[in-house]
Amino acid sequence: MIYTIAKKEFRSLFAAPSTWWMLALLQFLFAWFYFARMDDYLQVQAQLAQLDNAPGATIAVAAPLCGALALMLMMLIPLFTMRLIAEERRNQTWVLLLTAPVSAAHIVLGKFLGLLALLAIIIAGCAAMLATLLLGTHADIGLMLANLGGVLLLAASYAALGLYLSALNKQPIIAAASALGLSFGLWLLEMSASDNRSFLRALSPNAHFQNLNMGLVNSADLIYFALFIATLLWLTIRQLNDERRHGL
Amino acid sequence: MSAPVTLSAHDLTRRHGAHLVAVSGVSLELRRGEVLGLLGHNGAGKSTILQMLTGALPPDEGTVAICDFDLAEEPERAKACIGFLPEHPPLYRDMRVDDYLLFAARLHKIAPDKLADALALAKQRCGLQDCSKKIIGTLSKGYQQRVGIAQAIIHNPAVVVLDEPTVGLDPAQIRDIRTLIRELGDNSSVILSTHLLNEVENLCDRVIILQHGRLIFSGSSTEMLANGNMEEAFLQITEQSSPGGTQWHNDSP
Repeated sequence: MIYTIAKKEFRSLFAAPSTWWMLALLQFLFAWFYFARMDDYLQVQAQLAQLDNAPGATIAVAAPLCGALALMLMMLIPLFTMRLIAEERRNQTWVLLLTAPVSAAHIVLGKFLGLLALLAIIIAGCAAMLATLLLGTHADIGLMLANLGGVLLLAASYAALGLYLSALNKQPIIAAASALGLSFGLWLLEMSASDNRSFLRALSPNAHFQNLNMGLVNSADLIYFALFIATLLWLTIRQLNDERRHGL
Repeated sequence: MSAPVTLSAHDLTRRHGAHLVAVSGVSLELRRGEVLGLLGHNGAGKSTILQMLTGALPPDEGTVAICDFDLAEEPERAKACIGFLPEHPPLYRDMRVDDYLLFAARLHKIAPDKLADALALAKQRCGLQDCSKKIIGTLSKGYQQRVGIAQAIIHNPAVVVLDEPTVGLDPAQIRDIRTLIRELGDNSSVILSTHLLNEVENLCDRVIILQHGRLIFSGSSTEMLANGNMEEAFLQITEQSSPGGTQWHNDSP
C-alpha cells in the first residue's frame, strides 16, 4: 500500500509542469554556482599550490556547492510538500484516501517516500554535475559522498517537516509558508549560534549537516536526522488519526 | 426481508461548532440488494450523513457498522466494503482515466492479477471504454462524474454510496447512470441522495427524508406514493414537520 501511494505521488509530482520548471531553475542556479565557484578556485589555485597540504577541488568547490544546494532545497521543498496533503484537501481528493481502507501511517509513509524519490533524482542531477570534477582532477570521493548523503538527509528532514505542516493545514499556501518559515528559522538557529556547542544550534538540522559538509560522518548526526524525520512523520500520522476521529 | 444487513447506523449526530447541529440522532439500516433514497431540502444534512457513513467525517455521537465491521473500531475492514462518490468527485485532474482507476483499485486492495478485469468491468459499466488514455481534467463534467462512479464501484463493494450521482448530466447520461444504479442494486446495497423525485420513484425500494438534520420519514417508496404523486408526498411530509411551511416562506417580509 505504501508503494502504491508513493508511486502515485511520485508520478503526479513528476507529471506537473511546475515540477519541471522548478527542476530546470534549480539546475540552472546550481550550474551558475558551480562555475562561479570553479572560477574563484582557478584564480587562487596558483597560490594554493604553494601551501603544504593545500585544499583540493572537492573541499573548495564541491563542499560549498552542496551547502548552496541544501539552502536551495530548503526553499523548494515546501512547494512540493504543500501539494501532498493540504492541496488534496483543497481539491477535495483527500476524501478518496480517507474513505479507502488505508491506514494513516501508510498514507504518510507513501507520500513521504514518493517525494523523497523525486528529491533523490534532483540531488542525483546535481551529483552528476559534480562528477564532472573527476574529469579534470582527483576528487575526494569520500568527502563528496558524505556531502551528497548529507544533502539527502537534510532534504528528507525538510520534507518530513513540510509534510507535517501540510497535514495541519487546509490551505496549501499557508502550509508552504509555514514550512518555509520554520525551515528558515532552523537555519537561522545554526547561523546565529555564538558557539558551536550551544543547545539551540544542536536543534538545527543545518548544524548537523555542517559536519557532513566537512566530510565528518558522525553517528550522532545520523541519529539526529533519523530522530528528526521519525518524530515529524509520527506527528503527521497522529494528526491524521486525530482528524479521522474528531474531524479537522 | 431476509437479506443480510450490510450497513447499520445508530444515533448519528454531528455538530458544527457548539450550537449548530447538522445531523441529529439519525439511525438507518440497509440490506443487501436494497436501494435507499435520501431526500431532503438543501442543507438538510444529506451529504453530512453520507460522509459519516463512509468514514469521511467522524460522527460526534453514534456508530456505523458496515458488513458487521464497526467503522470506528475496524476502519480498514469496514471501508473495504464501501464505495463512495462524494458530492465533488475526488478526481486527480492531471491523471489519466486508467491510471486513476487502477490507483483507486489498488487502494481498495484488489489483488494484482484481478486489476485488469476489475478495470475493464468498471469502465464497461460506466461507459468509459473510449476514455482510457484521456486526462481526467480534459473530460466533460458528465464523463468526470462517470469516472467518479467507476472509482466507487471498481472493487465491487457491498455498499455503494452515491451523493447526487446524476447532477449536471444530460438526459441520456442520466438514463445510463440510472440503469447502472439498478444493476448495482441487484448485488450490492445502494444509498443515493438526490433532489430528483422521479429518480427516487424509479430506483429506490425505500426512502428516508431528512429535515434540519432529523429523520422525518422512513418507508418504502410505494408507501410514499400512496399519498398521490411523489412530489406532493414529499412536500406534504416536509411541510408537516416544520410548522408553518418551509422556512423561506416564513422569512420573507
